[in-house]
Amino acid sequence: MEVPILKQGQFLIATIQAALSDADLLQLRRALIDKVIRFRSQGVIVDVTALDVMDSFATRTLRDITNMIRLRGADTVIVGIQPEVAFAMVQLGLTMEGVATALDLEEGLSHLQQRAARKT
Amino acid sequence: MSSSKRSANHMQRTVAQSTELLQELVAHLRQNRTQLREEWANRITEAQLLTAMTTEEIFTEATSVYDNYVETLATGTFEALQSYSRNLSERIIPRGVETHEVVGIVLLLRDVLARSLFAKYQGDFTMLNRILDAYEPAANRIANTVAVGFVQERERVIRQQQEAIRELSTPVLQVRERLLILPIIGVIDPQRARQLTEQLLRGIRTNRAKVVVIDITGVAAMDATVANHLVQTVEASRLLGATVIVTGLSPEIAQTIVTIGVDLGKMNTVGDLQGGIEQAERLLGYKVVPAADSAHS
Repeated sequence: MEVPILKQGQFLIATIQAALSDADLLQLRRALIDKVIRFRSQGVIVDVTALDVMDSFATRTLRDITNMIRLRGADTVIVGIQPEVAFAMVQLGLTMEGVATALDLEEGLSHLQQRAARKT
Repeated sequence: MSSSKRSANHMQRTVAQSTELLQELVAHLRQNRTQLREEWANRITEAQLLTAMTTEEIFTEATSVYDNYVETLATGTFEALQSYSRNLSERIIPRGVETHEVVGIVLLLRDVLARSLFAKYQGDFTMLNRILDAYEPAANRIANTVAVGFVQERERVIRQQQEAIRELSTPVLQVRERLLILPIIGVIDPQRARQLTEQLLRGIRTNRAKVVVIDITGVAAMDATVANHLVQTVEASRLLGATVIVTGLSPEIAQTIVTIGVDLGKMNTVGDLQGGIEQAERLLGYKVVPAADSAHS
């Protein structure tokens, strides 16, 4: 299942709609990098509200995405992690260090806007 | 005739005999009720048991315990005594009566009665022996029943209190837009820790919080499991996009956290609640100025 990536001004928004296979995750990673380069985006938001489970591969892929996009000079925010998911992740030791997180899409956008404002 | 049948017969005879003896004993106890009861009450006061009660109260309780005691010996059934001892415990536990006192007074009564039996059957040693054989198992069982009843009642009270404490859920308070405070007071056991985490994560979602101040000034100590849980809560909150500031760590807790080797880089700690709120305001971009100053500028 492919994840739609929407362009919103300077930012890209990827909304995960359902549980993803490992291949889907890798596809998302490639698609996001491509689009960041093509649109010269300042920031990326990955919305995981619909996920009720996050395994180690998903966590690692999201961290990889963040790091790769950082190399292109853009910021990434993961938004919408559910409370139960968050606690389960922490118990598994998947703390996603170095990755920015926000409550929801709105929060994520304002975070990216702040970062962009600081750069200019 | 098989030996088992013979021993059964023997058993029956002994039971019948001991019932007979017990009846004699009961008659003796009823006859000397006033004197024995008084002696017992005096011994209780002497031994400085039931210090939470007045002499009159001790005497009243002693009377009813004595009557119940004799009644149980007479009937040989313990149900009435069980419910009586529960009832008694219910009355005296709130007054701070301790387990050793209850056991002590029952053993004293046993002692007083045994002495009076010694005095009565002094001349007839065989009879004394037989009476004691009948009396002691029954007396022991009574002492046991009363003590167990008391302890059970105590445990019930403790369970009830534990439940009450658990139900006193820790409030998650919003003090400013996007700023939550979670004051924790009292002992945190693993169950309460889990409940706290759930409440906090849910609170972050519903209040759309960006910063949370967890104040643990009211927590004297916590074990490694709970400290770990606290750290996990901090990390889980971060995944929801909220920054957590922990304030009011006692020296003991600080030591626990260092001992379990938590990476302090992940934890944002400030000395007291005031400092925590000030830092939270900075993070949120608030600036608190006295009204007079802001009027000038």
